[in-house]
Amino acid sequence: MIGIIDYNTGNLGSIKNMLDRLGFDNAIISDPAEIDQASKLILPGVGAFDVGMNSLQNGGWIAPLHKKVLKDKIPILGICLGMQLMTLQSEEGTGKGLGWINARTKKFNFADTTLKVPHMGWNLVRIQSPSPLQQELDKLDEIKFYFVHSYFVLPEDSSNTIYSCHYGQDFCAAFQAGNVMGVQFHPEKSHKFGLKLLNNFASL
Amino acid sequence: MLAKRIIPCLDIKDGRTVKGTNFLQLRDAGDPVELAMRYCTEGADELVFLDITATVDKRKTLAELVRKIATHINIPFTVGGGINTIDDVSVLMEHGADKISVNTSAVRDPQLVSDLAKNFGSQCVVVAIDIKLFNGTWKVVTHGGRNATDLEATDWAKKVTDLGAGEILLTSMENDGTKKGFALDITRRISEALPVPVIASGGAGTLGHFKAVFEEGAADAALAASIFHFREIEIGALKNYLKESNIPIRL
Repeated sequence: MIGIIDYNTGNLGSIKNMLDRLGFDNAIISDPAEIDQASKLILPGVGAFDVGMNSLQNGGWIAPLHKKVLKDKIPILGICLGMQLMTLQSEEGTGKGLGWINARTKKFNFADTTLKVPHMGWNLVRIQSPSPLQQELDKLDEIKFYFVHSYFVLPEDSSNTIYSCHYGQDFCAAFQAGNVMGVQFHPEKSHKFGLKLLNNFASL
Repeated sequence: MLAKRIIPCLDIKDGRTVKGTNFLQLRDAGDPVELAMRYCTEGADELVFLDITATVDKRKTLAELVRKIATHINIPFTVGGGINTIDDVSVLMEHGADKISVNTSAVRDPQLVSDLAKNFGSQCVVVAIDIKLFNGTWKVVTHGGRNATDLEATDWAKKVTDLGAGEILLTSMENDGTKKGFALDITRRISEALPVPVIASGGAGTLGHFKAVFEEGAADAALAASIFHFREIEIGALKNYLKESNIPIRL
């Protein structure tokens, strides 16, 4: 079962809908005690970094998540803020992140003022290091995902970047470090591209 | 390169898609979920649903419709019309809306924009601004263009952005329904003045109008309704045309 973690941030229904459509057993998990039933996890999220970390903390998620991710090593996919929470820290907040990947979350800071922040809309991504999350997508001429974000993840080891995107600068659109995966875009809102990516994750 | 977005707009009344001329003679344009799915398949980048249902009671129908739409489409969608409170937004977000849009209620109470941004994040707060020319000055109008205000269009757009709007949906009442093209000058002026994306609306009639609003109007997205509903322009053909015109677009 794929567990979608509900820690009071944002709309989880669309992720569930996509997994239902793809035919994978899944459930929205609102109680950390239920986390052991999951063989894979999705950590969604919209909003601010510290608010997200506080919600994980106050909901009692941190210890069970550490166990599942670091000890049991089950595959986990962070989406948008969920991806950023997996890093060590963020310029958006003062607290620590989950620290599952040696990476930091930075703010877009453009000299070119015609570039708007948040980076919002459909943008092209390019394959960097190989990952199972690229299956079938790698056959397409263009891979485009829907983004809404003002911060981005900068992995220490550039080989963790599996998709890159360009907006004012190249940035990491998706990373993989073993069982820990994160996507800055919203696969649940990215039509056929998003369906393929979620299918790849669910099939791991 | 960030793709320019093509956004069909569906007017919803009592759970059905309607289309009228100048807000009159509404006629049924079909089941909104079916229409939304069709647009999704044809390549729409986002959808906007505007609820023109008058009564509070019938807004429950809207929440159910939002849930149905969220189940069936996998592109972002915005819901607007009659939103006055944080609770109104909570209901729509819980039912699966990605963004909400406010218009008249933001003019009445600008604080609402900042309250919504604080509660839900700027990324889901779209402020719709309807504008009309008065003696050569673009002013904000409300209630679907019936009521004039003293707000100058660019000033108002900057103000709501400062308050936390994540996106502006700009509709020129001078152009709306004319099919003579978008209001390019004011769209460019506002788009260049703001740090957030601007969706241009009102006046689309030809493929070239979309090219112009992206190039000359500096719009981030373009919205239209009837030309898509009645297939005067097919989204796929429009996107192919824009692609050939070297406008960044998602195919």
